[in-house]
Parts: sequence; C-alpha cells; structure tokens
Amino acid sequence: MMTRLGLRSVEDLFRDIPQGLRTDGLDLPEGVDEMELRRRLESVLSSNEPASRWLSFLGGGVYYHHIPAVVRAVAFRSEFATSYTPYQSEVSQGMLQALFEYQSIMAELTAMDYVNCSVYDYSTALGEAVLMSHRLRGGDRFLVSRATSPERTDVARVYARGADIDIDEVGYDPESGAVDAEDLESKMSDDVCGFYFETPNVFGALEEGWKRIRDIVGDRVLAIGSNPLALALIRPPGEMGADIVIGDAQPLGVPMSFGGPSIGVFGCREEHVRKMPGRIIGMTEDEDGRRSFCMTLQTREQHIRRSKATSNICTNEALLAVAVAAHVATLGRSGLRRMALRNIQNMKALSEGIDALEGFEAPAFQAHHFNEFVVRSSVAPEDVNRALRDASIHGGFPLGRWFPDLKDCSLVATTEMHSPSDISRLTEALEGIR
Amino acid sequence: MRYHQAVHDVPLMFEGCESGPDDDLEDEVRAALPEYLLRTSLMLPDLAEREVVKHFVNLSQMNFGVDNGFYPLGSCTMKYNPKICDEVSAWDTVSNLHPLQDVSTVQGALQVMAELEDMLCEIGGVDAVTLQPAAGAHGEFTGMHIVRAYHESRAEVRKEVILPETAHGTNPASAAMVGYDVLDLPSKDGCVEIEALKAAVSDDTAAFMLTNPNTLGLFERDVEEIAKIIHEAGALLYYDGANLNAIMGKTSPGKMDFDIVHFNLHKTFATPHGGGGPGAGPVGVKKLLEEFLPVPRIVRGDGVYSLDHDRPRSIGKVKSFFGNFAVLVRAHAYIVMKGGKGLERVSEEAVLNSNYLKEQLKDLFDMPYGDLRKHEFVLSGSVLKKRGVRTMDFAKRLLDYGFHAPTVYFPLIIDEALMIEPTESETKDTLDAFAEACRRIMSEDPELLRSAPHSAARSRIDEVKAARDMVLSWRGYLKKSDATISRA
Repeated sequence: MMTRLGLRSVEDLFRDIPQGLRTDGLDLPEGVDEMELRRRLESVLSSNEPASRWLSFLGGGVYYHHIPAVVRAVAFRSEFATSYTPYQSEVSQGMLQALFEYQSIMAELTAMDYVNCSVYDYSTALGEAVLMSHRLRGGDRFLVSRATSPERTDVARVYARGADIDIDEVGYDPESGAVDAEDLESKMSDDVCGFYFETPNVFGALEEGWKRIRDIVGDRVLAIGSNPLALALIRPPGEMGADIVIGDAQPLGVPMSFGGPSIGVFGCREEHVRKMPGRIIGMTEDEDGRRSFCMTLQTREQHIRRSKATSNICTNEALLAVAVAAHVATLGRSGLRRMALRNIQNMKALSEGIDALEGFEAPAFQAHHFNEFVVRSSVAPEDVNRALRDASIHGGFPLGRWFPDLKDCSLVATTEMHSPSDISRLTEALEGIR
Repeated sequence: MRYHQAVHDVPLMFEGCESGPDDDLEDEVRAALPEYLLRTSLMLPDLAEREVVKHFVNLSQMNFGVDNGFYPLGSCTMKYNPKICDEVSAWDTVSNLHPLQDVSTVQGALQVMAELEDMLCEIGGVDAVTLQPAAGAHGEFTGMHIVRAYHESRAEVRKEVILPETAHGTNPASAAMVGYDVLDLPSKDGCVEIEALKAAVSDDTAAFMLTNPNTLGLFERDVEEIAKIIHEAGALLYYDGANLNAIMGKTSPGKMDFDIVHFNLHKTFATPHGGGGPGAGPVGVKKLLEEFLPVPRIVRGDGVYSLDHDRPRSIGKVKSFFGNFAVLVRAHAYIVMKGGKGLERVSEEAVLNSNYLKEQLKDLFDMPYGDLRKHEFVLSGSVLKKRGVRTMDFAKRLLDYGFHAPTVYFPLIIDEALMIEPTESETKDTLDAFAEACRRIMSEDPELLRSAPHSAARSRIDEVKAARDMVLSWRGYLKKSDATISRA
C-alpha cells in the first residue's frame, strides 16, 4: 500500500502536521495481550463488592433487578451492537423495528402518544423536559418537586442555565412526602413554564394529589417522572394529564453498571411531538409496499437543523432500548406485573420488619410506596451502614447528603431479587445495632 | 453481486396482543395498592421465551453492523470492537456495582476510572479529564458550560461561539443549548480562512470549536495561528474529538493549544456504537479550567480513591453519577491492550487506509482540496448527476455489494458529498473490493442505482410517508384508522 502511494515512510502521511506541533509518541506503557489484560483487570476489579456478592439495599434511581439470560443473548448480538445510527434504513430494519417496539412499549406503559428512542438517562431526560417546556410555553422559571433526587435536579439546573431558566423547588408534605399543593400554588406565576413531580418519588412514595396538581398547573406544562417497572401496576402519567413523561428504563433489563449506561425515557403528547428532543422511529413502507421502519421527524435534529435543533443529542442509548424491549417481551404482561407486585410485597415485608425494630421507623413517610422507602433511625445512618458492612451488606443510602434535614434517615430499596431470608438477614443485622 | 441480506417476516411483538390484564394477580394487586392508584389496562405482548429469541435473532439478521462487513461511515469511526472489552464490561464486578455504594467497596471501579482519566490526559495533551458525559454531543455541551463558567468567573459576558461551516451538526446545537449565538465561518480550500476568522472574532467571542483533522479529512495547518487569534481575543479553543483517530501519538489537541477537548470513546477507543448508543464523551481541559469540571471528581490520597463533591466553581452535574461506566471499562481495556505504540500505529493505519482508498477512488469522482488526507476523505458525487443519479442512489447501490454506505450529503460545502472513513481495521483486500464495487457501479445502468437497494431486507424506504403518517408506536398505529401498512 505504501508503494502504491509512493511513500517512503508512514511519516510521510503526517507531513501536513507542522513540525512544531508534532509529539514524540505517547507516554503510555507497552500494550498487553488479552490474557494479561484479563489477569490485571480481574485483580483491580476484585476489590469491588458487587450486589451479587454482598446483599444490597441501595436504590435511589438505580436498582438491582433480575435480568433474564435471554436479554443479553439477543440484545447484544453483534449485528445490533456493532451497527450505528440507522441512516441506511434498508439494511437496518432489525434495529429500527426493535426501537419502534421499544417506543411502543414505553408509550403503553406511560400512556403517552409518543416516546422517543431514548435520551442518556433519567437526569438528562429531566433537563430536556425543562427545555421542551420552555419551548412549548415560554417563561423563564420551571418548578421541580423537592421530592426528586438531586442527582436529577442538579443536572436539570445545568440544562436550564443554558437557556437562562431558573429552577425553583416546590416543597413536599413532611408527613406524606407528597407534593405540597399549597406551596405549588403560591409559586405559580406567569413566568412559570411548567412543573415536574415524580411517582414514585425520591422517597419511593406514590403521589396521590395529581388531580389538584393538574388544576394548579393549568395551561402550563406538566411533566411527570416515573419508574417504568412500577407502571406495570400503577396509574400511568398519561392518565394524570401529563404533557411530558420521563423516567429511566434501567429496571427493565439493564445492569446497574455503577450508574451507567442507563436509559432515559422521554415521551410526550401527539400535539407536541415536533418540539420533542431525540430520535424517533416511524412506520412506513418500502417501494414494494412492505411494512418498514425509518428515522423520522429528523428536521428537529442537530444534523439537519444545527443550532435550531430541539436538542444536540445524537448518540443515545439505542442498544439498551433493544434490551428493554427484549426484557419486556420475555416477561410479558403478566410477568412484568408479577415482578412489579413482588417489589411492592417485598417493600412491605421489609418496611414492617424494620419498623418493628427498636430505634427504627419505617416508612418515615405515610404513603403507598413502590420498592423503596425512607427509614428513620436513632443511630446515624452512616454508623448503621458501617456496622452492616461488617456483615457484607450494603445498607440504605444515607439521605443527609441529598436532604440536610433528613440526616437521621436513609433510603432503603428492595426488589424481587431479595428472598425472605435476605430480608431477615438485614433486619437481624440491624437488630444488633445500637 | 455476492451479498444478500436475510429477509424475515417478523411481526411486531404486539401483533395479535389484546388489552388486559388477563392474569390471576388481581387479588394480590388490590391487596398491595388501593384502586385509585392502579392502572386499569395494559397492552403488552405475552410471548414464550422461544418466540422472543426467534423474534430478535431474525431481526438482528436484518441489521448491518461492523461485524457484518465494511462500514465506512465518515466521521463515525466504525472500527472493529474487540470482544474481550465487551466481556470485561459484563463482569459481575462491573455490571452489578451500585453507584451509591460506599467508596470502600468500589475501589477497583474508581481505580479503572482514574487510570482512564490519566491515559486520556496523555492522549489528549490535557491536564484533567471528566468521564461524566454520556456521548460526544454531551461532551460538547459540558465543554460549552465550562466555557461559560470560565468567562463568568472573569466577570465577562460573551455571547458568541464561532465554528467552521464544515463542523458536525452537534457543535452548533451544543453551543446553542448553552445559550450561545452561533456564527458559521466560511472556509477556504476546505480549511479555516484566517482572514475570515480575524474578521469574525471580537470581545464577544466566547469560543471557537474546531475538529482537526476536519470533517473533510484535512489537517488544519494554520491551527497555531488560529489558537493565537482566539486566545488573543480572550476566547477559548474547543476541540471536537470525533476525528482523534487520525493523530494519536503524532500530535495532540493540547499540543495544538486547544483548551477543551472531548473524546468519543465509541469512535477512537473501539467501544461498540450499539445502533446509536450508548457511547461516552469524556472531556479534558487545561489546568486553568480544571476547577470548572463536573462533580464529583475522583481523587486519590494514600492509595485510596474517593469522590470529591465539594468544588464550588464546578459547572455542576451533567448526568447522574459518574458517566457510562460500562463503556469506560471497555475503552480502558482497549487502551491498555494497545499501549502507547499500539495507539500510534492505529492512527498510522487509519490514515494509510484512508489515503490508499482515496487514491483508488479520486478519479471516479471529484475530490476537491488537495491530496493528502487524514483518517477520512470526502468525494463529490456531482459527476453522477449528469447521469441522472444522486449520491443517495449510489449509496443505496453500495448496500447491494455488501458494504455499508459512507456518510452522505455532509459536509454541506461539498456538492453531493460522500464522506468515507475506512478505519485501521480493514484489510487491503476489503478496500480493493470496495473500490472495485464503486467502479462497477459507475458503469451500471442508472436505473439500477435509482431503484437500489435490491439485495437488502427492504427496497427503497419511503421516508416521506413516515413523516406524513406519523405512526410512531403500536398505540398510534391502532389509533390511526388511515394507517394501512400491511405486514408483508
């Protein structure tokens, strides 16, 4: 090849880089072979204590769920994994149909007209929801329920800052954790473009006051966040009057992976679809009249509209959308309902078990919960967790870092992964902590 | 023609599915939650596992990936993704970690991330890296926020970001999302025109975004002069790392005096593109911008890694937790396996392959702007128009030969553009076969091109109908009485 190009040295290919800008290679170690790589990484990573090794009660946006073997076997097939954005739809029907199915599953679970084929995660979905609300309604304030994970609100603040939108928080009722409707009402004004709350919220509690919230929000944008697994059972945001629905589909077939990648869900009502961020797959036909799929409404996107696009997003979480579709298909409707139900049942068993212990109160908020809840303890949560670590248990997340007024509280999560004996292992370990 | 994609009749998984529920869970569900919190219906498929496997395996056979064949999609760096990297990322000690675990139980994860930060610093010629951004565009978004925080810290309000008209679409979109007005700079001979740049900069200029080599595959030779102009105006220089695969070990963004850099791990560092994601878009900065990086920062003291959330001048968070960790682990493994010399060789081979293929094709098409290219090159399909054929027709016809099409109609300054990036992964035989296919297509009956593809799972797909019908979900399909799309 070099001869064909008339090159004496490969360096001739880099003669267009001015000498003053040249570097002398990279100061990185020699490469290693696959066997050596495996040896090294096994050694480094062995100091981690994954939820499969220790018993874990962590939630707060990322959950340890069962993933059927079939999900990995089909969704990560290399024809899917090594393709890119399906610009050439005729040779990408597999990915396109799977993404259409993901959109369909999420539209059904959320009861919204349209869901795009993913944004990065729950937090950036909230950021995009703020920006879309601003596009829909104008106004430079957006209200967010304080019963939202700061991992999401903090990200939304960065997204909002770019558009000079202020994020204001609406308090929660200290008894139930639900949206404080009076506070919401008092913060409504002309410059508010929308309001966001979650069900289940950061405390795991289900919101009961949606009718009143919808009334107070009026013609402004109502954005609701939810856990798609919970939506197998609970009333979907689309039936609460949501204009935008967001969430994270990680619980449906995506491993925790230290918090990423997960998959941001983003849906809206039909009349707003042209203001929606992200990629959307539509159904159509080929020249022979066969049902086909392709990317559509691309004039919203950056590669066409550049600085006028609804978002800068290009790469998203497509492969995980395939995993979610495979997961839901494998469980099926009844399997998914059973899984969600088991989460609620385990939550009840665990919270009752903890509440019965001296020095612990659970759940701290009087509400219906999905799969996590707040525990108040007389011993500081950090000290509780230190003791639990000696028993190879990841205790609940100490909430003081997120909510300074909840320093004596932790967020405890359970899923279908916990057997009755796992639950008693935690309560027994807690019993000894004074 | 030796290629035929599989064609399976795969019904939508919703086909024949009825509204439910129809299981025996009602009593238990009602015991769990009061009725006003419950949903009343849910329409999801109920398939046997065997049916699910058949469904997705047959779908996958109607999908073209790098593992199927040559995928010269320009600016996307569709290189081969080593399988060991996937395997490592699926390990229990990676996939089952929770981001809120006590740091004492995730030391290995933090070590891998810290090592990756260090390696990216060396490759990018920068002083500090954040791994938080989830994609290239997300890295740009992060970088633009750093630009804004930097100027605000100096009590300056600057409203404008300049970029060349050949820039990736994400560049202007990211700058706009951070509140900047975007100024497109015309190019000269495919590169930044220095005089135009001088005329454009002002004390309102916040940053200049550039990818080097640029989207035409040309190295911006005047980059030193560009950096000088930008820095003298008090603005920052941003490097779009989409094309980093061309220069590793030869030069670096830092050496070229860029202040902020994003890396596309799913391009240069071989993590799979996943049909559109997940990727990862770490951002590196020079020392003076380190304080603005997103929180938390990974810090090391006494051999123990911890997370520092207390950075008062940080832009905040751009994503929950720490970034797309499973992608980061893959890139870490790739870099460790290649080593410093191996990465330099990657760039050499990527550039060699690109120039070799360009030599084979340049006489078939127009190729403006000089000769030497880096990792990719752009041809103009304007010669096709004389035969009543568009670049898109040519691209579709390539599919019949078992090649994925190049990027088409970008960058916009080239008429009927075909943007070709072969990457280092491909053999000379593959490049020769691709060139031969191009030559053959050039002499084929134009109608054969206009009606292509003929060997894919579908013939030409009607995108206009998709936009008009707006059938975007099964719910929507059922709702629209005029949707008359048959299955077969």
